Amino acid sequence: MLKVGTVIKIGIADSGVAEPPDKIRTSGLGSCVGVILYDERSKKAGLLHVMLPDSALARSGEINPAKFADTGVTHLISQMGLPATRLKAKIAGGAQMFQFSTQKDTMRIGPRNVEAVKAELKKLNIPIISEDTGGSSGRTIEFDPVTYQLSVRTVNVGEKMI
Amino acid sequence: MSYEDTITSYHLDILREIGNIGAGHAATALSTLLGNKVDMSVPHVKVVSFDEMMEMAGGPENVVVSVFLRIEGEMTGSMFFILSIEQASGFIRTMIKDDSFNFEQIAESEMGLSALQEMGNILSGSYLSSLSDFTNLNLYPTVPAIAVDMAGAIISYGLVEVSQAGDKAIVIDTELANEGKKTEGANGQFFLLPDPDSFRTLFHALGVE
Repeated sequence: MLKVGTVIKIGIADSGVAEPPDKIRTSGLGSCVGVILYDERSKKAGLLHVMLPDSALARSGEINPAKFADTGVTHLISQMGLPATRLKAKIAGGAQMFQFSTQKDTMRIGPRNVEAVKAELKKLNIPIISEDTGGSSGRTIEFDPVTYQLSVRTVNVGEKMI
Repeated sequence: MSYEDTITSYHLDILREIGNIGAGHAATALSTLLGNKVDMSVPHVKVVSFDEMMEMAGGPENVVVSVFLRIEGEMTGSMFFILSIEQASGFIRTMIKDDSFNFEQIAESEMGLSALQEMGNILSGSYLSSLSDFTNLNLYPTVPAIAVDMAGAIISYGLVEVSQAGDKAIVIDTELANEGKKTEGANGQFFLLPDPDSFRTLFHALGVE
């Protein structure tokens, strides 16, 4: 029997795993970064919606690992239950939504998120196959674990595949 | 313990009153600007998850017009004035007296964006100056920035400070409606998001611990 796939939705500062025929999606990425990890052998894919670059920024004791780039990537890998050596990555997001004349460091959060995600992936030797980062537009992304295609939709440009 | 756990229902009442006073002044300013009556809802003060906050603006993918500014000074925080595209074009049509103005041109129309920015300036200015008078705190708003994009992308930007302290935001939400234009989609919404460290300052200024 043909199984009909659903789209698994991941919220902000959250992560999740999808297997065919399901797809996985997160909406409204601004300065946040969406990280896709996928394994071509098992067709398993994970999505992480990172909000902040470093868990050292956290001011309360208990942290949500999916919120930060440095804790989020390893958190997603353990959720997927696969060795990091089999994974590939695609990333999108990290936009600068507003331009302010007084540039405080927290206002540069988009580029900082991208840098932190890349550093973490490099540390784990996970190659970045494609990316759509920076700019000043919000993005909605959806990954198909069968074709490894990541659809990136913006309000102004429309949809593209990376 | 997260900061939102220290907030009692008494505190929420005070925040609601802040929303009432601020948005009341903003509604008056908007009414003067547009030359017609503007209705205002009773403010809601909510302790919400980040995903719930996106839902308050119509969901993360909903395209909105947003005026955003940071509040600096003795109390810090973020403020949004969020409009549906239909409503933003309605406001602009009234302001620049050009009935042909269409929402599809909003992103490219210099006149429209400028009018919207000025509206954001006046509304947030009147909201914050009444808050400043009420609390006796010095507040310095940044020049408002405008974006036309997905609500999730816009609001998450104002959650950067809040997200460092926990997984919930305390938001003071007030709606404004241009009377007679209620058919034009959702209403304009004010979101005031004080930074977590500012609640103590705010309550202290009002003589509440």
